[in-house]
Amino acid sequence: MNKELLKKLCAVNGVSGHEGPVIDVIRDEIKDLVDSCTVDAMGNLIAHKKGAGKKMMLAGHMDQIGLMITFISDEGFLHFGTIGGMSPTICYGTRFVFPNGTIGVCYTERLDDPKAITFDKMYLDIGAKDKEDAEKYVKIGDVCTFAAEPTVNGGAFISPAIDDRMGCFIMIEALKKLKNPAYDLYFVFTSQEEVGLRGAKTAAFAIEPDYGLSFDVTISADTPKSRKFPSKMYGGAAIKLKDASLLCHPTMINHLEKCAKDANIKYQFEILEAGGTDSGAIHVNKGGVPSGVISIASRYIHSPNEMCALSDVEDCINLTVKALETAI
Amino acid sequence: MLLEKLTSACGLPGFEDEVRDIIKAELEGIVDSIKVDRIGNLIVTKNSQASGTHIALSAHMDEVGLCVKSINADGTIKFVSWGVDQRLLPSMRLLVGEKKIPGVIGTKPIHLQSEADRGSVYDINSMFIDIGCNKKEETEKHVSLGDFIAFESKFTEFGESKIKAKALDDRVGCAAIIEILKMDLPYKMTGIFCVQEEVGLRGSAVAAKGLHADLVINFEGTICADTEGVPVHEHVTTSGAGPCLSLMDRSSIYNKKYIESIVAVAEKNKIPYQYRRTAMGGTDAGSYHTAGAGIPCIGIAVPCRYIHSPVSVMDKNDYENLVKLVAQYLKSEALTK
Repeated sequence: MNKELLKKLCAVNGVSGHEGPVIDVIRDEIKDLVDSCTVDAMGNLIAHKKGAGKKMMLAGHMDQIGLMITFISDEGFLHFGTIGGMSPTICYGTRFVFPNGTIGVCYTERLDDPKAITFDKMYLDIGAKDKEDAEKYVKIGDVCTFAAEPTVNGGAFISPAIDDRMGCFIMIEALKKLKNPAYDLYFVFTSQEEVGLRGAKTAAFAIEPDYGLSFDVTISADTPKSRKFPSKMYGGAAIKLKDASLLCHPTMINHLEKCAKDANIKYQFEILEAGGTDSGAIHVNKGGVPSGVISIASRYIHSPNEMCALSDVEDCINLTVKALETAI
Repeated sequence: MLLEKLTSACGLPGFEDEVRDIIKAELEGIVDSIKVDRIGNLIVTKNSQASGTHIALSAHMDEVGLCVKSINADGTIKFVSWGVDQRLLPSMRLLVGEKKIPGVIGTKPIHLQSEADRGSVYDINSMFIDIGCNKKEETEKHVSLGDFIAFESKFTEFGESKIKAKALDDRVGCAAIIEILKMDLPYKMTGIFCVQEEVGLRGSAVAAKGLHADLVINFEGTICADTEGVPVHEHVTTSGAGPCLSLMDRSSIYNKKYIESIVAVAEKNKIPYQYRRTAMGGTDAGSYHTAGAGIPCIGIAVPCRYIHSPVSVMDKNDYENLVKLVAQYLKSEALTK
């Protein structure tokens, strides 16, 4: 597995609406493998690999959650709004990084009751002397995200932005391995998924796919007191049945399961009660699009230390290749 | 004054007729076409034959208020709220329905209040509107279930440059678009005056479907909490400091390229501007930027203190600078590149 590419993808700064640096990395990696590579008005990277079959749209989102600076105080502290599902308890004491490399520490004063921690009491501290000093590095509207090193830890991978650079990685690696695609394929690396599946919506409108398949993380329900869900780390490629954004179409569920069985790829099913993914936007496009999702069971999603199993990633890549080479 | 005429009209969500008629009358003869779509949006075009960049200008016609839920045996009215802070309701003066029947929200006399009463906020379900009738049958002659209920508030100019009115959110946006459409600008332009923004961007969701513009400029009246007791980082905007440009809200992350291009025009022409310093709220830009294959949006607004109340306050200079900035932007090279 190309672990260097995986680390590079997860280390790039690409908060929702600011996915430019991620586009650059992905475009470099795939441009010679596809017929065209364009960026639309919403900032989706759309790569078309022409084929004879039906039109399939693949989607993995480039954006990650983060913070946007809304105010800089006279003393040089930064106040912020959140982009995507951020939790104050996870942010407290955590380092954030801006695209220019500036580091901010997220903190709060007076924590008499740790349960009372809320974002309006928190600020980012870049160690500036005052407002003027701070503005040399950061201005209002700038975004930042978790600063943490992508790390391979035995069979596991620990990193921020596994959600959803891992989905992008699986699409890229599958594209490289693909020999005889059975579809006219659109690899869409989407923008603004974390704020409401916004990029996938406009891409699906433009492409008008016959099938939708997206790639994203799902909950790994295997921690000590975890609720009972079917998916877990080291359980293989996870085939989504439903989440809050869609009920996966039986056509796609059956197709993915059959492909996994035929190619002897380890797989599991997954159900996510909260949260959604790009197929949620794709499946309601125009007259409706049968859609499914290949998921990576991950722990600690939306933290600086998301975690998943590299063997599951391998299974997802192999399942994707098989699914794209097999006609429905 | 146009803004006085617009804010004095009542236009609750779904009942924007009076506002729509004023805008129509203002634009007759100015624009190439005027139509009303099936949800009630007023859509006008100007320079419709021009080639090149197509700019859409959008604002919403509706305002927050109340709606008649039921009529009590004693002739008073129970109501539901559309976006109004319930702490503001006691002693409020209102206009009920198209006939604009005067009404007030009464409270228990202070003499009869217990300690607990005085320390608490009235629950909206225990409040009622008194329109001066004594019987249900009498009230029913004037009022029907589902009638809108608007704030009664007289447009007032005060201080050096301030205006107090209801519905500045978003008649100030409607007024700005009317002024801009009256100017001699080269672009193919579509003016969209939306219904039902305050109940969930519903009018714009429909307008966005038929729109093939290259850029949408969305005009708003927005939050301004620059008053005593609010920490400075929670002010969001500052009244009198210029029109504010949106970076992000709950419905959109605004396209940086366009924010930078309008900021450059403001700086070149020395027009004051500010950023909207919060990630909260939402606007019709939420509908436009994800419509079709995606239309980039600029969000620009006039700061309105005490927004969503009968006594919103804005600064005339902010409005004038907003119109000036957008006009300069549309005259600049920014959009032809």
